[in-house]
Amino acid sequence: MSTHKLHLLAAALIGFSAVIPGCKPRNAATAITSDAAQKTYVAPGKYDEFYNFVSGGFNGQVSVYGLPSGRLLKLIPVFSVFPENGYGYSEETKAMLNTSHGFIPWDDQHHLELSQKDGSPDGRWLFANANNTPRVARIDLTTFKTEEILELPNSAGNHSSPFCTENTEYIVAGTRFSVPMGDNTDVPINSYKKNFHGTVSFIKVDSVTGRLSLAFQLLLPGVNFDLSHAGKGPSADWFFFSCYNTEQAHTLLEVNASQRDKDFIMAVNWRKAEEYAREHKGELRKVSYVHNVYDEKTQTASSTTENTVLVIDPTQLPGFVYFIPCPKSPHGCDVDPTGEYIVGSGKLAALIPVFSFTKFQKAIADKQFDGDYAGIPVIKYEAALYGEVQKTGLGPLHTEFDDKGNAYTSFFVSSEVVKWRLSDLQILDRKPTFYSVGHLCIPGGDTRHPYGKYLIAYNKITKDRYLPTGPELAQSAQLYDISGDKMEMILDFPTIGEPHYGQAIPADLISKNSVKFYKIEDNNNPYVTKGEKAAKVVRDGNKIHVYITAIRSHFVPDNIEGVKLGDEVYFHVTNQEQDWDIPHGFAVKGAANAEILIMPGETCTLKWTPTEVGVYPMYCTDFCSALHQEMQGYVRVSKAGANTPLLYGTNLPDSSVAKNQ
Amino acid sequence: MRKVLLAAALLGFSWACTNNGGNSSAAASSSGETTPASGTSNASYDSLKGSGKFTHVELNPTLDSKMITAGKSVYDLKCSACHKLTSEKLVGPGWLGVTTRRKPEWIMNFVTNTDEMIDKDPHAQAMLQICMVRMPNQHLSDEDARNILEFMRNNDQSK
Repeated sequence: MSTHKLHLLAAALIGFSAVIPGCKPRNAATAITSDAAQKTYVAPGKYDEFYNFVSGGFNGQVSVYGLPSGRLLKLIPVFSVFPENGYGYSEETKAMLNTSHGFIPWDDQHHLELSQKDGSPDGRWLFANANNTPRVARIDLTTFKTEEILELPNSAGNHSSPFCTENTEYIVAGTRFSVPMGDNTDVPINSYKKNFHGTVSFIKVDSVTGRLSLAFQLLLPGVNFDLSHAGKGPSADWFFFSCYNTEQAHTLLEVNASQRDKDFIMAVNWRKAEEYAREHKGELRKVSYVHNVYDEKTQTASSTTENTVLVIDPTQLPGFVYFIPCPKSPHGCDVDPTGEYIVGSGKLAALIPVFSFTKFQKAIADKQFDGDYAGIPVIKYEAALYGEVQKTGLGPLHTEFDDKGNAYTSFFVSSEVVKWRLSDLQILDRKPTFYSVGHLCIPGGDTRHPYGKYLIAYNKITKDRYLPTGPELAQSAQLYDISGDKMEMILDFPTIGEPHYGQAIPADLISKNSVKFYKIEDNNNPYVTKGEKAAKVVRDGNKIHVYITAIRSHFVPDNIEGVKLGDEVYFHVTNQEQDWDIPHGFAVKGAANAEILIMPGETCTLKWTPTEVGVYPMYCTDFCSALHQEMQGYVRVSKAGANTPLLYGTNLPDSSVAKNQ
Repeated sequence: MRKVLLAAALLGFSWACTNNGGNSSAAASSSGETTPASGTSNASYDSLKGSGKFTHVELNPTLDSKMITAGKSVYDLKCSACHKLTSEKLVGPGWLGVTTRRKPEWIMNFVTNTDEMIDKDPHAQAMLQICMVRMPNQHLSDEDARNILEFMRNNDQSK
């Protein structure tokens, strides 16, 4: 190295260290690789800046990642059973998955929405939709547990869900698949145009408890409602839904639902609809749907079947539902932070129409209609249009927003993210994704107050991004730094299931409220055992209730005799620990469902029906202490009709057991 | 000379980058980490009273029966799984004689500030070597701790 070069290097390094405060050089010439590592590296023991909640798609769960590291923090079971902790298997949680079709162990979880206050995420609840057997769920963000699942009647393919209004007054659910409803459902499929309908459901969220209730449904023409978002600020009383298949095809939709040049964005004034509902201006229809609630106090879920729903027909009650034409089978339907711009994304279009809420309001006032569609007024395209973003890319899908007046749209076909400015609709930047991006997420990016900073692209195709793992691969996501003028890709990380939509929120809005353990004094589970003195085994006909305690590192009782073939044994395990991150697990040989993981201070119940005579070990499955391997016990099962007496305890002397031989 | 400059620049760089701050709340309350027993050699550490918020506990020679009853229910719920009321060790040591072995402050600090005490108190560490199980932090309130102490005193006086 010449002295001249050394000089230069030293000078460069001094210059570099001079801008060091955050160790983030701003010089564009800085090597991108080292910069990216600094931006995403979260040192051991340090916390991430944001929680990122990501839908699990076909795994039916929700995954939680930290940003900017992309580290997986948790899987929250919602619509799918989870043998890892017993969700959907334990006696306490199995009611969560009840529906009018019976117990369903799986669903397809597409979209997530954080509860909001004044248009900003407040960190209280996370809502999730189930696409296949239409349901919505509420997850409590102090415990990261699914607390409630509400089934939706008159629905199929619940896709445009569970987006919420800016004070979480309602979350919505809309039918991607129209179906025949009511008494006349056994109809020829090719009578679609005559017999099939769609609905949009408004689900009320109790502002204190978060409890859900189906407030009312709108009866709508048989098109496919795809995505939605609530208005904000000036448009806060409105909800917008994209719809395709206005051709009303019932077969080969790939071709037959792509005929018309324009489909619609549907605008619903939910305040007005709410008013109609309050005045009972609808039809109370007989239906059957199941509502499951997990009660935090009793730590037990229960199901209720509901029998009616108020259905409002907008062709009978004017002035609150309108169609706005939108090119080429729109998918994403996104509203900017000011609430003025509504962005529709036609899957087959090469431009992005941006609608103006002000113009839309004026168009209604001036009656600038282009006739109607199935009895619902259609606004003239130009009358509501703010402008079109030209030469965007191929296949726009979804748009999120930053805090500086910019929009970011994903392009599936051309596999890129395009940044454009709302004020003049000019394209500012484009970056590739790997590969075929679906949804995007910016922290707060669909709210009134985006945090900006990062953008995550959730991709549909992974191919060569990671080491091959056979035919099936994890999905890929890319993280971009969007704090500067140009987007910079800074991380590539695998995600599980199929992430559709995600939501991100500053970590401290959630971490400060996180529950560390359940106070055992407040445990109102009917089968709780508070202290080892209360441990017992009770026979009730052929049911045997084992009230069993777990603490590092033994069970009480850990020897049980007197169980007979034909008995159903219920192990009600109460974890006596009162410290963070000390769960105990419980498993018994031959149990046909799953294990249970019991959090400190919690009671969980595992049902076990032994099928053979013998002595069965039971043990703790979660490494809890140095003597975890000693945390075990035995259950003796005798033949039916045997006279083995009920006997149980811990630390029983050899002789008292021997007496019963 | 030039190499010195380079070294200085590099030093400056590495110094700045190790002072990034960040969250300091990442506490491992029961991680099993054992810090060296600095308490044993630290002259300022009061190994008779232990470490915690209780520096002086006033005892009435006459036992308070209400506190004993309240202490018993805490014992049944949160302590009896591991501690017998005799001198027999179960998971943890038997409680008989504990109020003569330990000062009231030490007992109340230990049951409320368990993790820190296990990490630095010489008596607690000696017990850990015998029992091999870190006593769980059972999150006793200050009142629970005082009631447990009264229950222990009663246990010692009545046997």
